[in-house]
Amino acid sequence: MATFNLTINGTSKQVDVDPSTPVLWVLRDHLDLVGTKFGCGIAQCGACTIHLDGNAVRSCQLPVSAAEGASITTIEGLSENGDHPVQKAWMEHDVPQCGYCQAGQIMTAAALLQQNPNPSEEDIENAMNGNICRCGTYLRIKAAVKTAAQNL
Amino acid sequence: MATLDKKLDRRSFLKVSALAGGGMVLSFSWLAGCKPTPEQALEMPKEWFELNSYIKIGENGAVTLFSPNPEFGSNVKTSMPMILADELDVDWKMVMVEQADFWPQRFERQFTGGSQGIRQGWIPLRTAGATARQMLVNAAAQTWKVPASEITSTAGVLEHKASSKKAGYGEMASLAATLEVPEDVTLKEPKDFKIIGTSKKNVDIEKIVSGKPLFSIDHKVEGMKYAAIVHPPAFGMKLKSFDKSSVSGMPGILDVFSINLFKDDYGRNFFDTTTFPEIVAIVGNSTWEVMQAKKNLAVEWENAPESNFEVAGFGGRPNTKMTVPAGLENTNLHKERMAEYIQKSGNVVRRDGDPEGMFKKAAKIIEKTYAAPFLAHNTMEPMNCFADVKGDRAVIYGPTQAPEFIMNTLSSSLGIPKENIQINLSRMGGGFGRRAYSHHLTEAALISQKIQAPVKMVYTREDDMSSGVYRPTYSATYRAALDENNNLLALHVKAGGIPETPLHANRFPAGAIDHYLAESWQIESNITIGAFRAPRSNFIAAAEQSFLDELAEVMGKDPIDFRLELLKRAETNPVGENNDYDAKRYAGVLELVRDKSNWNTPAPEVHRGVSAYFCHNSYVAEVVDTKIVDSKPVVEKVYAAVDCGIVINPDAAINMGEGAIIDGIGNAFFGELTFENGVPSKTNFDKYRMIRQKETPKSIEVHFVDSKEDPTGLGEPFFPPVFAALANSLYKATGKRYYEQPFAPQLEMQNLKM
Repeated sequence: MATFNLTINGTSKQVDVDPSTPVLWVLRDHLDLVGTKFGCGIAQCGACTIHLDGNAVRSCQLPVSAAEGASITTIEGLSENGDHPVQKAWMEHDVPQCGYCQAGQIMTAAALLQQNPNPSEEDIENAMNGNICRCGTYLRIKAAVKTAAQNL
Repeated sequence: MATLDKKLDRRSFLKVSALAGGGMVLSFSWLAGCKPTPEQALEMPKEWFELNSYIKIGENGAVTLFSPNPEFGSNVKTSMPMILADELDVDWKMVMVEQADFWPQRFERQFTGGSQGIRQGWIPLRTAGATARQMLVNAAAQTWKVPASEITSTAGVLEHKASSKKAGYGEMASLAATLEVPEDVTLKEPKDFKIIGTSKKNVDIEKIVSGKPLFSIDHKVEGMKYAAIVHPPAFGMKLKSFDKSSVSGMPGILDVFSINLFKDDYGRNFFDTTTFPEIVAIVGNSTWEVMQAKKNLAVEWENAPESNFEVAGFGGRPNTKMTVPAGLENTNLHKERMAEYIQKSGNVVRRDGDPEGMFKKAAKIIEKTYAAPFLAHNTMEPMNCFADVKGDRAVIYGPTQAPEFIMNTLSSSLGIPKENIQINLSRMGGGFGRRAYSHHLTEAALISQKIQAPVKMVYTREDDMSSGVYRPTYSATYRAALDENNNLLALHVKAGGIPETPLHANRFPAGAIDHYLAESWQIESNITIGAFRAPRSNFIAAAEQSFLDELAEVMGKDPIDFRLELLKRAETNPVGENNDYDAKRYAGVLELVRDKSNWNTPAPEVHRGVSAYFCHNSYVAEVVDTKIVDSKPVVEKVYAAVDCGIVINPDAAINMGEGAIIDGIGNAFFGELTFENGVPSKTNFDKYRMIRQKETPKSIEVHFVDSKEDPTGLGEPFFPPVFAALANSLYKATGKRYYEQPFAPQLEMQNLKM
């Protein structure tokens, strides 16, 4: 066990965990930030996507020891009132079915638009390809990313 | 005017009144995640008045509607309250929706599966809404001393025009809640619906997009422990022993023990399918710590003997005897055994006319065999459950489609009477049939009982994908007898699977062909199976509709015209008596999809295939357009035409259609689980290929038949037809027929990129 100082959603947090603990489980079990979801544990589904210094990363493969000093954003901190353009676009298109993967989808989309505010169809497909939606809401996800890009 | 059956009405509300005087303690706002939003909180009334199980109204006119069925993504949590709200006649903006707990004394059928939620909830929900409305009207009549028949309602406001009296529902709610429940209520005519048939956003949308805790995997209480499970690595194996000391010194590990899911004398319910009735549980202080220990646990397995037990039939059907054979199974051997059964005679399920005679005198016989592999459900939220069992009381909060069924198991396995077990229904991160089998609830409950503390048990993805309850592997052989002029004389289908047959002998094209033979077979297995989105239909539709396409080509007919000819025959002069489809509605969706897709004038370079199927009381026809772009098959567009009666929430229904079509294309291209020595070949998404954004069709159009019929299933019926529509389209693109799912390996052998 060791103590780690993390910056999460603009707030300093201290946790005492094994250094190998993935940020996913630090968020979920130790900090009660459960919007970041567990899907596969091997960075293949994208349900656990967070922002690390603005980049979309899979938190299930990010040891807490590698996250110190970086700025972490989770779905809970993407916007104060759930009104980030990506979240608003998700609502406008009524994207979710079960909803489980959507936080990860939204975090991937928000990072894409941060880095590329005018993505092409292909850019969107490439960026979103790492996030599985078992319900198959992919068309609405793509449409919502386009809407969000227009409203940035 | 539609008047409700008095008996049904009285029965359902007697249950309510029995509870009104006390009974169970309400636990409506049990979850922090279900608290109202800040805007709603501002409008929270000082007091709620309960008009029946589904409806409570505040003195300020706020309305809370309880959605009875578990939500796994089919959007019942929005559409069921829409039905209540329409008959109640309230403004949707004033409505708050809460997920009901499992409470069979109050709610009729809290089961999500078989695409029956809306169909079977239609009358009970409307009745509940209309009854509450009538009680509010009666309260106003009593207050104003005017006849109830002269009072009208509009969006939550009661009015007596003659005396110019008006009152909001909130003003009448306290009196209404004390009045006698009317025995006879009038339901609206479909033309008067104001909410049903309009698109409403998912009631949980804000919570979903902001990451609020909605799922049982998100749940946490003070003092809660975490648990992982370890199950045998192969089907056909069981626990021999484990060494607790191998992990007991690891950080955060509190306890290691084995649990047995069933008591020895327990008679199994329909959904009690459990691959590994004895497993090892590791309890600790955090998920990561128990997952680490799981990797290090020293455990020995041994071959399991054959087991035999009786399983209760579904919906009151007779019990069936199950044999789970011993042995470690292999996909190659499965294929060999299936090939043997294809050659043998099966059990004749239906025979019309003289099919054998027709095949003898046929000028030409076409015979094709189709196959599909086992599939894993792969819900995005792995199996998990929160349980808090102390003494003789249990609180269970887990993702289940079928709480009524698992209640029996829980009661037996825990040795706690049902009335002391509370099952709270969580939103599920996908279901697809998998969570009708809810042994994960029993597992968590037994773990909690052992440690007498609250616990959250979470499967790893590997646990989830390797613990069975799969879509079975299937095979179907279709034969057609043609005369010298290529007229269809007879049709023969022989279909089977491991361990169940996919055959629906009385569905189309039965009833449309004079000489018809349907046979089934099945082979026992210890690989457990369960319902998977449109069970059996999801395969037999692929086989049948691919075969009809090939048959139409041999007969020189347009594939839609050919199907319509058969349906015309089934409509005007049906063969046999037990045809369980409406040929006219079936033809209707084919005609609609032909029209909407401009079937006869496809876009340039587009290859199209069609398919249609009836299941779960609904009719769906689909046209798939593919293109080959840079040696890659691309699904350009899918058109779907659906007849599911009245559509409750059109945009959500379209979402469901899009999702099911994408799901079908994904499984048709990639879905496959194979076995070697009982071990599943894939246990995570690095190997188990799921459809992703890039393989998604460029667009999907969903068209509903305008209908005033009562609503029927929607979650499943979109799924079965897409397999054949895709296969038939790919045939046009490549010149090859696709008989074996998944299609990707064959396409790759044709030098196409997948």
